[in-house]
Amino acid sequence: MTYITKFSCAVLLFIGNFALANDIVQHSEAPEKDTKTEIKEYIDHHLQDSHDFTLFSSTDESGEVHHYGFPLPVILWDGGLKVFSSSKFHHGEELAEVDGSYYKLYHGKIYKTDSSGTISYDEAHGEHPTNVRPLDLSITKSVVMMLVTGLLLVWLFSSLAKSYAKNGSIPKGIGRFFEPIVLYIRDDIAIANIGEKKYKKYMPFLLTVFFFIWFLNMFGLTPLGVNVTGNIAVTTALAVLVFLLTNFTGTKDYWKHIFDPLGDGMPWYGKMVIYIILVPIEILGLFIKPFALLIRLYANMTAGHVVLMSLIGLIFIFKSWVGGPLSFGLSFAISLIEVLVALLQAYIFTMLAALYFGFASEEHDHDDEPELAHL
Amino acid sequence: MDKLVNDFSFGLFIWQIILFLLLLFLLRKFAWRPILNAVNQREEGIKNALAAAEEAKKEMQNVTADSEKLLKEARTEREAMLKEAREIKERMIAESKEQAKEEGDKMIKQAQAAIESEKKAAVADIKNQVAELSVEIAEKVLKEQLSNKDKQLKLVESMLGDVKLN
Repeated sequence: MTYITKFSCAVLLFIGNFALANDIVQHSEAPEKDTKTEIKEYIDHHLQDSHDFTLFSSTDESGEVHHYGFPLPVILWDGGLKVFSSSKFHHGEELAEVDGSYYKLYHGKIYKTDSSGTISYDEAHGEHPTNVRPLDLSITKSVVMMLVTGLLLVWLFSSLAKSYAKNGSIPKGIGRFFEPIVLYIRDDIAIANIGEKKYKKYMPFLLTVFFFIWFLNMFGLTPLGVNVTGNIAVTTALAVLVFLLTNFTGTKDYWKHIFDPLGDGMPWYGKMVIYIILVPIEILGLFIKPFALLIRLYANMTAGHVVLMSLIGLIFIFKSWVGGPLSFGLSFAISLIEVLVALLQAYIFTMLAALYFGFASEEHDHDDEPELAHL
Repeated sequence: MDKLVNDFSFGLFIWQIILFLLLLFLLRKFAWRPILNAVNQREEGIKNALAAAEEAKKEMQNVTADSEKLLKEARTEREAMLKEAREIKERMIAESKEQAKEEGDKMIKQAQAAIESEKKAAVADIKNQVAELSVEIAEKVLKEQLSNKDKQLKLVESMLGDVKLN
């Protein structure tokens, strides 16, 4: 088995080099962007949010790019609410004029420009435009997918709830698949981390966050190609909600643990020295925990998309009978792993959120506290 | 990090917060609460049913224990009754035997007494008869002697033979 793998790898490298050499020769004749750069740009574009819902694009013989999809509403706050269709941008090719102001779509972001659409660049950083960016509240592709997922979740789970009422507390149809998951979140995530007494308060949040992330992760693997959970703004919003919920429901013991972690175990002059270091660390920890959540989800989903699309892109780089099927096989295998990752990341996010809620709602048994402090 | 900050879309952030809170609210009201309540109810129902089954089992055990006890009691009672009956039987037999023996003894005594008196009467009768016969013989002998001496002797002899029979 390993022998065959090694052999095919060698063959792949060999033929791949040839193919690449071929490509370079081709491109030296025609001064176009080479395939690699094109794929890189395509992946970058895919990872970002978009102002219109493009299903696929194609380039015809004359080199003109056609996009197939539908435009989405653009909502800007620029000294007043401005709403218009994203079709006005023509996929970034044209300026949109609204109420006397000009807006340009540049690398997925909307900038305010003059009538000729000039973009001025930051001298120091080179690539960052210095144009004014109005507050962009557009219904973007990600927002559409969140709406679709939200509606799907409401429909799915309210019908599950109704089926309970009808069938005398016995789930039916798809509910048989989802009920064990709901119960798993209740028993092994919420009760295990928060405790029998207080878990009920957090259950709606945990369930919603789990299914929301899971469903969006799965949608990201469909050919629709929406990278919602791999968007830093989305994961930040989720982490902010976890942060707020943790700290607003924090008990006296939770805050005492942060500002007076040693309790009665040490005289005040001893504490003074240690607390100069310990308390800032604890306070920093408050923010690091949700920050880790948001980065973990963002990085995992983005990395998954990058790897998958790169492997698919390899097909177009190799352009050979061996490289193509091999890249296809690899990307298929990675897809399968990504299905697992989609579930796993939703689980980890929910699990850690529950863990933080557990910290926030813990209540020490005050009788054995001195004992603990001496340890 | 620079890329992350640059990629961060504040609009999307706001949308996400609003939509997620809305979704949370809707799902809590229309899905999670009813689902969790239904599941809890069902679990409670199962728990109750199990407890009831356990109770029934215990009751059943009690009932069997009771019936066994009853059966045991009945058995001992029967045995006691049988024993008593046997005793009564034996006693009755013994009593009747004694009675019969007494009666028999009495009857034997009476019979003996009767035999005795009969014997006495018979002896007395024989004595009378012997006396009468003797008188008759003597009469006949005397009559024969008057006719034939030999015949008289023979008669005496035959008469005596008769007497011996008696």
